[in-house]
Amino acid sequence: MLDIYYFAWVRERIGEPRERVETGAATVAELVEELIAREERYALAFADLSALRVALDQELAQFDSPLAGVREVAFFPPMTGG
Amino acid sequence: MRIRVQAEAFDMGAELDGFGTGGDVGAVVSFTGRVRGTSGLTAMEIEHYPGMTEAAIAKYADEARDRWHLADVLVIHRFGTLAPGDPIMMVATAARHRTAAFEAAEFLMDWLKSRAPFWKKEIGPDGADWVAQKDEDEAALDRW
Repeated sequence: MLDIYYFAWVRERIGEPRERVETGAATVAELVEELIAREERYALAFADLSALRVALDQELAQFDSPLAGVREVAFFPPMTGG
Repeated sequence: MRIRVQAEAFDMGAELDGFGTGGDVGAVVSFTGRVRGTSGLTAMEIEHYPGMTEAAIAKYADEARDRWHLADVLVIHRFGTLAPGDPIMMVATAARHRTAAFEAAEFLMDWLKSRAPFWKKEIGPDGADWVAQKDEDEAALDRW
């Protein structure tokens, strides 16, 4: 089981801040493919991966990063703090 | 080292009172960011990633402390709904000399802007828009 968190406009497009999924995906990119295949709202949120960032267990990662042992995935746009 | 992520407003004067008063401190630098009320902006909403936010700030504060041998570091960042003029965040650094204190504060600001998980949404007369990351903010990281 994997907890997925969405922030900012990614959260708005998907329509929820968090969900728990059962997945066999080996990498973040595979997980994204699975989500896109599910419903249109995911396809809309993940249309341009270059506009997105991903964190695995609260550390910034890449879309080709492996998911083995990961409990928490988060997708969000580039950060705008400060 | 003082790091806080909070919805409440803060009083920058009170935060700096007693900050960096150690014997070998010769310089205290502070920066406060406020909500700019331009283009009819009526409110700013700031979202964050609880847990990762505190960890990311602590990581950059640790790095700044080690690199510039800071005697103390302070970072406060707010989330929630803010009005024009409200303080959003502040950074303060205390060092032996001013160059180190200024550089460390700029380093922290540059990294917090692009690597701490906060997202700003501007609310104005024509609706609400997420703030996009600026190319120059990403480019600013290269100098460190």
